[in-house]
Amino acid sequence: MHGLVNKALQSFVCNSYGQARWIRITEAAQLGFIEFEAMLVYDDATSHRLLGEICRELGRPPEEVLEDLGTYLVSNPRTEALRRLLRFGGVSYLEFLHSLDDLPDRARLAVSDLSLPALELHEHTQGRFTLTCHPGLPGYAHVMMGVLRAMADDYGALVMLEHEGQSSEGEVIAITLIESAFAEGRSFELGARAG
Amino acid sequence: MRAEDLSQLLGRLCPMHALLDDSGNVTHVGPTLQKLRPRVPMVGQKFLELFQLIRPRSVTTMSGLLDASGSKLHLRFRDAPQTALKGVIVPLAAGKGAVVNLSFGISILEAVQDYDLTSTDFPGTDLAIELLYLVEAKSAAMEASRTLNQRLQGAMIAAEERAFTDTLTGLKNRRAMDHILSRLLSGSAPFALMHLDLDYFKSVNDRLGHAAGDHVLQHVARIMVEETRDEDTVARVGGDEFVLIFRHLHDRARLDGIARRLIARLEEPIFFGKEVCRISASAGTALSSQFRAPDAAQVLNAADMALYAAKRAGRACHRFHRPERPDLCEDHRGQAGFRGQAGPATGHDGSPPRAEPLTGPGAG
Repeated sequence: MHGLVNKALQSFVCNSYGQARWIRITEAAQLGFIEFEAMLVYDDATSHRLLGEICRELGRPPEEVLEDLGTYLVSNPRTEALRRLLRFGGVSYLEFLHSLDDLPDRARLAVSDLSLPALELHEHTQGRFTLTCHPGLPGYAHVMMGVLRAMADDYGALVMLEHEGQSSEGEVIAITLIESAFAEGRSFELGARAG
Repeated sequence: MRAEDLSQLLGRLCPMHALLDDSGNVTHVGPTLQKLRPRVPMVGQKFLELFQLIRPRSVTTMSGLLDASGSKLHLRFRDAPQTALKGVIVPLAAGKGAVVNLSFGISILEAVQDYDLTSTDFPGTDLAIELLYLVEAKSAAMEASRTLNQRLQGAMIAAEERAFTDTLTGLKNRRAMDHILSRLLSGSAPFALMHLDLDYFKSVNDRLGHAAGDHVLQHVARIMVEETRDEDTVARVGGDEFVLIFRHLHDRARLDGIARRLIARLEEPIFFGKEVCRISASAGTALSSQFRAPDAAQVLNAADMALYAAKRAGRACHRFHRPERPDLCEDHRGQAGFRGQAGPATGHDGSPPRAEPLTGPGAG
């Protein structure tokens, strides 16, 4: 699995739960190191073992941990660069939702060996969508739940999200956009740079 | 098409356009272009007084501008910030003036900062937002790669350090010495190479054990580092053999002084617990200037033979290599010592003075 995925888990655990617990997790997962490199690739088994030990250490199911990871990636100042890249998707939450189809291509444009599963947005009625997360990265849909929730806050939109389980094409998230401009949201200037 | 329809159409498709009349006055301007100078209404001003044409050069009139309609225009604002712009001018029907469409080109990165532009300032087909996305994405990825590179470089330096260090004494090892010697040989700076061999070390080892031997070697290493300059190389190349390389030093008196001081300090008693260890040393030195085109084996062999001569002279001695008579070696006053033909004598401790020659089979 790409180092960025592992590094995201590391950053999430360290900054939300502390370095000491992270080190305990790396020991339990028998990594033999404590620091992932964002630009290297690790074998999938390592990442699965790691996630298992994170859940055990935190005493929480993987769905919850992964959703929190998604929220963390968008809302934590340490990963501001990622929030900015996502905000390039559109000027409103609606535009952002429609940009999700391009997300894997955008990711590949930034890091050529990072391959994320395809995402497919369907609009059913006004304000009601489903996002299908194609297979390839177990737990991806739960991370996306967190990302979608945090991005709604970022845009100041009010949404309801529900994980609808597995369809023939992948995991499905139901999205109800209740109000686009519900709150102020966070500012996004094209010219600003993530520190 | 009516003039209002044209300006409305252009406003949506090309928000950075300007309509000019025949005399070069701005008659209409797109919303994004006007946003760049919010306090200065552009309509009514002369286009060439707002913008300076950089290429093609020396265009100062409307007719000159129209002549450039086939080529790409490079221009910039006359007042600050002098943002650079690219443009194309297309003449309208005779007497109706022209349309100029502008874009940022590579100045987009500063422009979005200078003018607080947002996605809505660019037409939907413009690649500006994708370009900005790409720049940020690549910078973030590059930053991650840089972190990795720095860490790898640190690891590489540490690994090299380990590979070139004698773990017992912290001195350079044989491999490091080979490396440094070949680098010096490929350069032009003169240097001296001293081969130093401990005397009576084996008896310390035999009498007091390896722990005492190790202690003595560490002590010896410390003395050698203290008695040499930072730019010199001190390497442990065998059990009790050392090579010292002195860069830019070929003064025989100074080298002899260093050797004698080293030997004198090595002869001072070394305490190991309650035990006292006594050793001595012999040294032979070759100068790079003694060879026309020295190679590593030659220089090492020469220092080796000088060391033999020193041993033969009765231990605790230092000799220089004598190129004309390799069997004879000089002390620094030029007095020859003799290297016996009868083979090496046994040492005071009863062991052969040198179990293995420093130079390899291909040497000499």
